[in-house]
Amino acid sequence: MTRRSYDIVIIGSGAGGGTVAQELSPLCREGARIAVLEKGPKLHDEEFTGRELEMAMALYEDGGGFLTAERTMTLAFGSAYGGSTAVYTGTSLEPPQRILERWNVPQLTFADVVQRARKFAAENSVHFLEEGLINENNRLFVEGCRRLDFEARQFPVNLKGCRGSSLCNLGCPNRAKQGTDRVQLPRAERNGVEVITRCEVLRIGEKTIDARVCGKPAGGKGEPSPWEPGEYQIDAKVIVVCGGAVNSPALLMRSGLARTLPRLGHGFTCHPAIIMVAEHDRDVTTFVGHPKSFYLDQFAERDRFLLETCAYFPFTTAKAMSGFGAEHSRFLRAFPRLQMILVLACDEVDEHNRVGVDRSGRPVVHYRFTPEVRRGLVEGAIASAKIFFAAGAARVHLPVAEAPTIERAEAGRLKQIAEHPDFKPGKLSISAAHLQGGCAMGRGPADSVTDGYGRVHGIPWLFVADSSLFPDSLEINPYLTIMALADRVAETIRQEARTLL
Amino acid sequence: MTMSSAVRPVFRAVVATVVPEAEQLDESGWRELETLAEAALRDRPPAMVRQLQLFLRSIQWLAVLRHGRRFTSLDPERRVRVLTHLQDHSIEIIRCGFWGLRALAFLGYYGRAEALRAIGYSPDPRGWEARR
Repeated sequence: MTRRSYDIVIIGSGAGGGTVAQELSPLCREGARIAVLEKGPKLHDEEFTGRELEMAMALYEDGGGFLTAERTMTLAFGSAYGGSTAVYTGTSLEPPQRILERWNVPQLTFADVVQRARKFAAENSVHFLEEGLINENNRLFVEGCRRLDFEARQFPVNLKGCRGSSLCNLGCPNRAKQGTDRVQLPRAERNGVEVITRCEVLRIGEKTIDARVCGKPAGGKGEPSPWEPGEYQIDAKVIVVCGGAVNSPALLMRSGLARTLPRLGHGFTCHPAIIMVAEHDRDVTTFVGHPKSFYLDQFAERDRFLLETCAYFPFTTAKAMSGFGAEHSRFLRAFPRLQMILVLACDEVDEHNRVGVDRSGRPVVHYRFTPEVRRGLVEGAIASAKIFFAAGAARVHLPVAEAPTIERAEAGRLKQIAEHPDFKPGKLSISAAHLQGGCAMGRGPADSVTDGYGRVHGIPWLFVADSSLFPDSLEINPYLTIMALADRVAETIRQEARTLL
Repeated sequence: MTMSSAVRPVFRAVVATVVPEAEQLDESGWRELETLAEAALRDRPPAMVRQLQLFLRSIQWLAVLRHGRRFTSLDPERRVRVLTHLQDHSIEIIRCGFWGLRALAFLGYYGRAEALRAIGYSPDPRGWEARR
């Protein structure tokens, strides 16, 4: 066992951890020693090949197919330098006021969070893509929405020099996406923060961390860890947990904190999603241009779903569709002519849905689809089908229909399908990438895990700064909000540095 | 999972039913597909891999119960019926088992460069520049 000692250790390097690292890095100039422990690897620029399986295995936990305990949904989250910011599409929305008010967290105001979100929007080059860089998949979505009187809105995205590779979800091969891997972490490192990759934290003790550094596997991608492979015990005066909504609660549970924090792991939400595809008579070519430029949120409050444009890769697309055999293959053979839309359900906290750990300490996510989530996904799928047809699609693959191929002439069947959907968990492919909750902010241990500044109840030196802080679903893409909350946590630590360090 | 000789024929029969084009694969194509599937399972819990192998064996014998022949000996139409039965089964864990197997079949088939060329999927890191 090798021993190390730091003033501050940050666990995880995604939107939360990367932000905390940057915001605390000025303390290095005053002599503070700060380390970021990241479980995943740091890849060389030339290793971002855009090849689906290769990149998924290199950048995601379980290759992007982390299964829930019920095995009815897969969760996608990054495990790399930059965490999930290495694999998202860069969509950067401010949090909705109605959601923050509903969260009702003491000392957390909408104005404060938005102000911080705007700081990071500016820092990470968030802007609207210019008209000439909008691809056909996105144009068709806008056109379909316009014909139906739906109000499609453009995503602000954090891109700089986007070449339109379409490969955002496999790690940008052109360094254009401004995640924490490109902005906050390099800045933190320049200021003196150490980033230790391939370092998995096993448990947290009294101001100490047990961790394991793995060697680079033969034939694997990325730099070796700056530390030798082996077991480590790391002393730290302050620990900030930023492992995301699955790994952060699981780590705190492995560390024995569930006994004093009964809400640990509870309140998990994730925007369960289904991928919709439709075939046109002409090329759409989803695989050129930024994949996610527009969304539709006008149904979020009433019908509990969001629609977003998307562009997935052949295996992901094949897996996401229902059924198999000749009908299924026909859609895949039409790949250049496919239009795609992502349907996301606005789920809410449900007592069953939570993060736990198994006997070996691995995270386990329990999730069931409430009637509201089922209805949201079905309504969203039907709305997507209408948009596809309005945009001129010849046929739609509707995964919630017993016979999923709907020809243009059969569009009248949609109403009937909406009334009698074929929604069978285990048959329908459902995935989620907006993982939230598990270490919720709140008033005290009876209702939450941390206070409004991410400090774990009863443990003054332990903080959480990631999406696990959300007390309920954000109902939009979460990254800017995570960064804003992480900024609050870092500010608190800076303000209390004299006593904490 | 190493594709043992006991389950390899069933796996291939399942893949060829899930993706009919797989019937055209030669031996090296099948080896490539199986290597991808095995690599994807390498980091999964051993229990899950064992369940998958058990599921493959069950498919072989389920076909005997329903059609009087092993799955590998059935014609394509009957194979589709057996797998459809599993896909729509009233027991959720059976549907999930089939979903996992189906995902593995897609991963192996569409993970190959040859399949991507065949369906016209041709992204380029240069993006717009490569198209203009």
